[in-house]
Amino acid sequence: MTAMIDIADAQKTFTMHLQGGIELPVVRGVTFHVNPGECVVLSGPSGAGKSSILKMIFGNYRCDSGRIGIRHRGAVVDLAIAEPRQVLNVRRSTIGYVSQFLRAVPRVATIDVVAEPLIVNGMSRADAQARAGELLHRLNIPERLWQLPPATFSGGEQQRVNIARGFISDLPILLLDEPTASLDAANRAVVVELVAEKKRQDVAMVAIVHDDEIRHLIADRIVDVTGFAAAA
Amino acid sequence: MADQNWVENDEPLLVARSLSKSFGRINACRDVSFSLYPGEVLAIVGESGSGKSTLLQMLSGQLAPSAGHVSYRMRDGVTRDLATLGEAERRFLFRTDWGFVHQDPAQGLRMAVSAGANVGERLMAVGWNHYGRIRETASDWLTRVEIDVARIDDAPRTYSGGMRQRLQIARNLVTEPRLVFMDEPTGGLDVSVQARLLDLLRSLVAELNLAVVIVTHDLAVARLLSHRVMVMKGGRVIETGLTDQVLDDPREPYTQLLVSSILPP
Repeated sequence: MTAMIDIADAQKTFTMHLQGGIELPVVRGVTFHVNPGECVVLSGPSGAGKSSILKMIFGNYRCDSGRIGIRHRGAVVDLAIAEPRQVLNVRRSTIGYVSQFLRAVPRVATIDVVAEPLIVNGMSRADAQARAGELLHRLNIPERLWQLPPATFSGGEQQRVNIARGFISDLPILLLDEPTASLDAANRAVVVELVAEKKRQDVAMVAIVHDDEIRHLIADRIVDVTGFAAAA
Repeated sequence: MADQNWVENDEPLLVARSLSKSFGRINACRDVSFSLYPGEVLAIVGESGSGKSTLLQMLSGQLAPSAGHVSYRMRDGVTRDLATLGEAERRFLFRTDWGFVHQDPAQGLRMAVSAGANVGERLMAVGWNHYGRIRETASDWLTRVEIDVARIDDAPRTYSGGMRQRLQIARNLVTEPRLVFMDEPTGGLDVSVQARLLDLLRSLVAELNLAVVIVTHDLAVARLLSHRVMVMKGGRVIETGLTDQVLDDPREPYTQLLVSSILPP
């Protein structure tokens, strides 16, 4: 089987120039792969570098060395050395990212926030909105809120909008940064269902989940991040 | 942000090669090179005096570089060095395929003539002569930038700051340019007016697949609108990359200072 994500010996250090150039090692020797239809959960205590690894896979944090191989439209792109234009292309058609917090654009209606990834990839607005509506329904966001911008929603509602936006597209890779953190039991169950559906569609996923029960339900494999801790 | 219609293997629209500009002994801009592709938004950030406005003037052919070249792929597909264009060709480019949004709308508008005429003028400059069609297109554009069509016969000097800026945008976009230069387009506006303008710009840029070079000192504007960012200091580009990469994982001391100076929302 060909891995969707293949990371080899990736390393990341922050240099804090405003603090006298302190070097803050984050991770080193990060090596693992993710196959299609598989959900790999990163484990380790807070500060071990789980989110940093996720951001490196998304091209949001730069790597100092190593390789972040991503299968993109049949070829492998190394995000550690990719040009900005390549990274944007990979994000548009290959990697989706569900962050912990919604970065909402003022004035854009919830239904459009959710539908946007499909519209960007060429779906008609009406079809995209229909799909967005189904997902918002499943995630228990009442229809009367759909035309409002999510900026004023509660934390849990915003996270569900964010999840809907992340799960709506048919991208072959999904990165999930604590997707269930502020959700109640009913909505956590919906997220577990959504992850299972993505597996059946052969989507490769990397997740950070603190809840043991959820981790048990979605993880096919666990990668312990403490092994990648960079000794200062 | 959205980047629809983005083709993977297209050719650059605008290319800057080793651009430098000195004013006497002052080097305002040193050795700047980059390529801009159709539909791509590039933000140039840095404090006053960093050389970002000088760079914008050179890129838009308003200032001759001391060294280096700017080339542009014209609508006929031929890439031309701006320095070899005649004055008439350059002006034509500015009236058709390029836009320039100034920080101060009074610089980009004619304040004493009607809003409709401000928009229609660009169309007449490219040969439109049917009054009804010009007025209809101008009305469409006023609607797109959220200006009440009932105000079409009023002069922009009777408009608020935010409306003037939106009118300037309509005037620039009516000829369907492929490249728009923006110099601090949200500077000098109230925060709430800024948010509305940014949101409007963001959707227009995506809808029209515009390439944009935007100069701003506001990193929030860069984050919301741009794909790529170049950080300038002392006339040099000190850091460049994907916008979220540079803002979330800044490498250079000066970029770290800029990013850490943003007040949390």
